[in-house]
Amino acid sequence: MTIPKLLTHPAAGFGSAALLLFAAAPLLLTDFRLGLLAKYLCIAIVAVGICLAWGRGGLLTLGQGLFFGLGGYAMAMHLKLADAGPGELPDFMVLYGATGELPWWWRPFESPLFALAATVLLPMAVAAVIGTLVFRRRVKGAYFAILSQALAAAFALWLIGRQATTGGTNGLTDIQGFFGYDLNDPVNQRTVYFVIAAALLAVAAGVRQLIHSRYGELLVAVRDSEERVRFLGYDPARVKLVAYVVAAGAAGLAGALFVPAVGIISPALIGIVPSIEFVIGAAVGGRASLVGAILGAIAVMWAKTTLSEEFPGAWTYFQGLLFVVALAFLPGGLASLVRKARERRSAAPDDAEDVPGAGADAAPAPVPASAKKPEGVTA
Amino acid sequence: MTVILGQSFTGISIGAVLLLIALGLSLTFGQMGVINMAHGEFIMAGAYTTYVLQKALGDAGLSLLLALPVAFAVAGTLGALLEWLLIRRLYLRPLDTLLVTWGVSLMLQQLARDVFGAPNVQTRAPELLTGNVTLIGGDDPLTVANSRLFILGLALAAVAALALVLALTPLGRRIRAVVQNRDLAEVSGISTARVDRTAFFVGSGLAGVAGVALTLVGPIGPTMGTNIIIDAFLVVVVGGLGRLKGTVITAFVLGVLQAVLEYSTTVSVAKVLVLVGIVAFLQWRPQGLYTLRTRSLV
Repeated sequence: MTIPKLLTHPAAGFGSAALLLFAAAPLLLTDFRLGLLAKYLCIAIVAVGICLAWGRGGLLTLGQGLFFGLGGYAMAMHLKLADAGPGELPDFMVLYGATGELPWWWRPFESPLFALAATVLLPMAVAAVIGTLVFRRRVKGAYFAILSQALAAAFALWLIGRQATTGGTNGLTDIQGFFGYDLNDPVNQRTVYFVIAAALLAVAAGVRQLIHSRYGELLVAVRDSEERVRFLGYDPARVKLVAYVVAAGAAGLAGALFVPAVGIISPALIGIVPSIEFVIGAAVGGRASLVGAILGAIAVMWAKTTLSEEFPGAWTYFQGLLFVVALAFLPGGLASLVRKARERRSAAPDDAEDVPGAGADAAPAPVPASAKKPEGVTA
Repeated sequence: MTVILGQSFTGISIGAVLLLIALGLSLTFGQMGVINMAHGEFIMAGAYTTYVLQKALGDAGLSLLLALPVAFAVAGTLGALLEWLLIRRLYLRPLDTLLVTWGVSLMLQQLARDVFGAPNVQTRAPELLTGNVTLIGGDDPLTVANSRLFILGLALAAVAALALVLALTPLGRRIRAVVQNRDLAEVSGISTARVDRTAFFVGSGLAGVAGVALTLVGPIGPTMGTNIIIDAFLVVVVGGLGRLKGTVITAFVLGVLQAVLEYSTTVSVAKVLVLVGIVAFLQWRPQGLYTLRTRSLV
C-alpha cells in the first residue's frame, strides 16, 4: 500500500497538475465551463500568494483586492486604449463627456510593455511601500489585517469617486481585444485559459521554491515567534516584507489575467467583500499548504457558481458556514485532514512488511508491527 | 466663519455616530482583544429592532425610547450567544476569530435579507427630533438638526455610563482585572469566562444602541453595518486599546477631519486622505494614542 517514492515527489504532482490543466480540462469541458475554470484559476493565483503571506508568514492580508485591482486596472487600461485605437479616447470617457486629452496617468498605458510590467510591478511597489511603513513600526496581527482591509476599501472608493477617468462603479467593461486577438473568438478564449493555467503553475512553482528555501524556514519562524527571530539577529520586518510583496505580485498578475478571461474589472471585484473571499479558499483548503490553498480556492469558487446558480440565498449561508467551520474547527483546512490520514497510514504497522529492504523507513520495531497486523488490515 | 463652524459640527456629529459604534468595540476589541466582524450586524439588529417596534406600536417617540433598552438586550444576547458558541474557543487565535465572525456576519446579513427583504427600510423620526435648532442667528445662520444633537447626547451618555460601570461597579472592577492580567485574575477567584461573556454582552448591546441611533440619520438595510465597521475599528486602533479616552478623542478627531476634508475635496478623496493620515499616525505611535502600559513583549 505504500506509494512509490516517484509518485509522491513534488515534480510528479506538478506534472499531473499540468496534465490535468492542459490536456484533461480542455478536452472534457465545454467552452463556457473552461471560461469559468480560467476565472477560478485566477483566484487560485491570488490564493498562492495568500498561502505564502498568511499560511507561512502569519500575515492575514484582507486587502489583496487592492493588488488584484491594480493589476487588473493596469491591464484593462491598456486593453481599452488598444480597443479605442491610437489617439482615441476609451469609449466610456467619451460617454462621460471627455473631449481631447487623455489624463496623464493613462498615457503610459498606451505602451503594451509598460502595461504588462505594471500589472505585476505596480502592486509590488505599492506593497513594498505599505509593507515597509507598517512592518517596520511592528504593526502586526489583527491591526495589520484591519489596515490592509481599509486600504482595499479606500482604493475601491477612490475608483468609484473618479468616474470620468476610471469608469466609476461600472469599472472598465466590454473589453474586446487582447494584444491584437479578438476575445470574442472561442479559440482565443482557450488561449487565454492556457496562459492563465501556465501562469498558475509558474507562480505555484516559484512560491514552492521560496517556501522550501532557507527564507521559507525563516518566514515560518517569524510567524511562530517574531521576538525570538529578532533576538537571533534577523530583521522580521524584512522577512515579512518579502512575503507581502510576492503575494501582492501574484495578486496583481491574477488581476491582469482576470481581465481578458472575464472581460471586466470593477470596484465590486476588489473591495472589502471580494478581498475576504480571496482568503476563504485558502482557509478551507489549508492555508499553509500550497496544494491545499490552490484546490481550496478552485473548489470554493466552483461551489459559489454552482450554488448561486441554483439557490442564490443559500450560497451566502454556505459561505458563512464555511468560514465558521473551516476556521473554528479545522484551522489547518482540508490539507490537515489529508496530512493526518497520511501520517496515520505511515504510522500503521503493516508498512514494515510491504517494503522489504527499503532502508531506514522499514527498520524500526518489526515485532509489535506484526502483532498488531489484524487491526491494520481491517481498518 | 459659520461655514467652518457648520462643517465642524457636521464632523462632530459624524464623530458621535462613530463613537457610539466604536464604544462597543472598545470593550470587545480594546479590552478583550477579540475582533468581532459581526459587530456591524449587531448594529443592524438594533436598527431592525427599532423598525419592528415602530411597526408594532405606531408611535415614533415611544417606540424609539423603548427601542433603546430592547435593542441593547437583543444585540447583547446575540453577542453573548456568539461568545459562548464560537469566540470562547478562539481566544488564542485572534486572526481566526476575525474570519469566523466575518462568516457569522455573512449569515446574519442573509438572515436579515430573508426576514425583512433586501431593499432598505426606513423609520419615522419622532416629531421632537425632526426640526432644527438655530445655534447662531442673523444673516448667516448656523442650524443643527435635532436628531444629530440627540445622537451626540446619546453617545456622551453611553460613554459616561460605560466609564462609570468600568470604574465603580464590581463588574467593572472584574473586567479591568481580567484585562490587565488574566491569569492573576483567574487565580484570585474571578470567573474569567463569565466576565468575558458579560463584557461581550455589554459591548454588543452598545452596538444595538448605536443601531437605534443610526435609524435617525439613514436607511436600515442588511449591509448597513459592513461599511461603517471598518471606520469604527480604525477608531479603536488609533485611539489605543484598552482606553476609553483614546476612543472618544479619536472618534471626534476623525469625524471632524473627515467633514473638513469632504468640504474641501470630495467624499472619496477625504476617505482616502483620512486613511493615509491614519497610516502616517501609526508610524509615529504604533500603539495608538493612549495605551495600557504592560511589560509584555508582544
